[in-house]
Amino acid sequence: MQNIAFLLLRRLRSPLIVLICVYAISMLGFVLIPGMDDEGQPWKMDFFHAFYFVSFMGSTIGFGEIPYPFTDGQRMWATVTIYSSVVAWLYAIGSMLAIVQDPAFRTLHRQNGFRRSISRLSSPFYLICGYGETSSLLIRALSEAGIRSVVIESNQERLNTLELEDYPIPVPGLCADVSLPEILILGGIQHKNCVGCVALTDQDPINLKVALSSKLLNPSLKVIARAETEDAELNIASFGTDEIINPFATFAGRLALALHSPSMFVLFEWMTGVPHEPLCKPLYPPHGTWILCGYGRFGKAVHERLKAEGVSATIIEEKPEMTAAPQGTVVGRGTEASTLQEAGIEQAVGIVAGTDDDSNNLSIVMTARELNPNLFMVARKNSRANAAIFQAAQANLTMQRGSVIAHKIFAVITTPLLAEFLRLAIQQNNAWAETLIKRVSAIADDEAPQIWTVNINDEDAPAFNNAITNGSQPCIKELYIHPRYRDQSLPIFPLLLKRKNSETLLPDDDTLLEPDDQLLLCGQHDIRSQMGWVLNNDEVFHYIHTGEECAQGWLWQKFIDKKPCTKPARKTV
Amino acid sequence: MNLEKVVFAFFILLALTLNFGFFLGDIDVPDHHSVYELFAAIVVSLIATVLKFGDRTHLGALLLATSLVADLQLIMAAVVWAFAEHIIGTGTTPAVMAIIVSLSGGALLANITSVLLLIAETMTVRS
Repeated sequence: MQNIAFLLLRRLRSPLIVLICVYAISMLGFVLIPGMDDEGQPWKMDFFHAFYFVSFMGSTIGFGEIPYPFTDGQRMWATVTIYSSVVAWLYAIGSMLAIVQDPAFRTLHRQNGFRRSISRLSSPFYLICGYGETSSLLIRALSEAGIRSVVIESNQERLNTLELEDYPIPVPGLCADVSLPEILILGGIQHKNCVGCVALTDQDPINLKVALSSKLLNPSLKVIARAETEDAELNIASFGTDEIINPFATFAGRLALALHSPSMFVLFEWMTGVPHEPLCKPLYPPHGTWILCGYGRFGKAVHERLKAEGVSATIIEEKPEMTAAPQGTVVGRGTEASTLQEAGIEQAVGIVAGTDDDSNNLSIVMTARELNPNLFMVARKNSRANAAIFQAAQANLTMQRGSVIAHKIFAVITTPLLAEFLRLAIQQNNAWAETLIKRVSAIADDEAPQIWTVNINDEDAPAFNNAITNGSQPCIKELYIHPRYRDQSLPIFPLLLKRKNSETLLPDDDTLLEPDDQLLLCGQHDIRSQMGWVLNNDEVFHYIHTGEECAQGWLWQKFIDKKPCTKPARKTV
Repeated sequence: MNLEKVVFAFFILLALTLNFGFFLGDIDVPDHHSVYELFAAIVVSLIATVLKFGDRTHLGALLLATSLVADLQLIMAAVVWAFAEHIIGTGTTPAVMAIIVSLSGGALLANITSVLLLIAETMTVRS
């Protein structure tokens, strides 16, 4: 606010001085020019009346001549001053309006508004740099989960779409150059509630700068950065960035996963699902030769993955020299039948339409279907706006880069343990994933399951913690026994148990819990609150652990002669 | 030499000198204190204030504050004068004059501070 006031005052210097001078000269004129009172005696206006007259003359003109009718000399001076004061006022008001319209002033005004809304944030929030498809998906997922975010984007047009987007929680946004540290500070990087910074601009150097500045300005921050090249990836990793995401490699990796171990792919999709997302169906892509249309950054990454999996692929690329396509590449766009036939579409089992143009991708899918209706079709969707036509095109698998990346970041942000689980899971085989999928679909409705972490400590699970310190030995199963019916279980099961240095995938139900265990649980959406009973309430825990309901009140204990629960010392705050 | 600096210093000094000129004389003798001089002092003081607008340095803020004090004191003096002359109608009795002149004396102090600050600032800048 201070800045605005200073800018306004500085710009208003000359109009104000002009105004003061015009007033002074006009007043002086009226005081010096002889007048006449109502009895014809010579009379001179004093400063008081001169100030009064000049004040209303400049703004209204038409109060009449006071206190006595003017002499001709006074009238002449009044004529001069009317014009000069009106011009001075117009100048002053005009300058003020010009300042308000001034881009610099408006930027300052917006920044002030942004700063205010940041300082008012009272819950943890993420600072997201760069607003595009990925960011918008991420912000939506975060706000569904009740986590706030703040956006800084250098392109005003993109930021306008942020304002039009209807998020459940308001998202403050600012149009500014995010590579400037002062903008990051303005965005709240040093705010006590800022928990992380996500650098998602489409330029590696800017992401690098953002990640570096965030780590320096607030070392405790969780920093996630996007990097397109391996070089940038290594550079960003060198100063302790928590998570680096290469959009092409991640996306291609996910696609390759879909092709060689479909169940694992489905598992990944489900685990990293955002709240209220419908579950995708398991897919069974055939084995054989694939056709890969487009050999850009994405195509290259896919090809590399396919090669590593031992899947042979024929490449179709429009400009093979520019993209350094390997030998045997068919030249063309892939949208024409002849190119596809040349690539051997009749013998192929599947096709990946992976160019960076949505219309071309759709055209490839349509043409390929006509030539070989049995093909397994994978289409790359670049823009979320085209979702409807992609759905109508009915490709077997439609993948969007932004959504894959957003889901991954969302998982990393909300449940850090999930990343560890996925790292371990990928080393398992497809059959393992298939059994797990069956377990998940048994508990989940048609929505993505919720994944969350429970720490066996005084804060997260006081009832369990107390019981363990008092010598009882609860097992994992007791976490999700129904709090009222002991013989029933809640639709929850454990994915990962992390204990000191060891990690157990899908731990046994009867595993005994130890203090400071970290458990990754998977359950139906919104079932988590039910589990809160046994985690927090000693009586409920006692009932679940032993099967007996204990007397809670003193009178009841006397009356029924029941033993009270082993009540440990209450947590003192 | 910088014309802007000349104008700036000119108005600040002029505000002081005009103020001093009005203040000079016996405190309760109306003949010693001209209304024109008070008017000029107010106008120049206002211009000096506007010239000080928008300087974000610490010294700039201090300069602006002294000017605002001087403005306030001088305008109070003018208001007292107009009140006595036109609203109560007692005219400039020695008692009223003493109030007006002492108010302008306060403004004089503020103006002196302002000039001292200006000199101090000039001394620190070696150019």
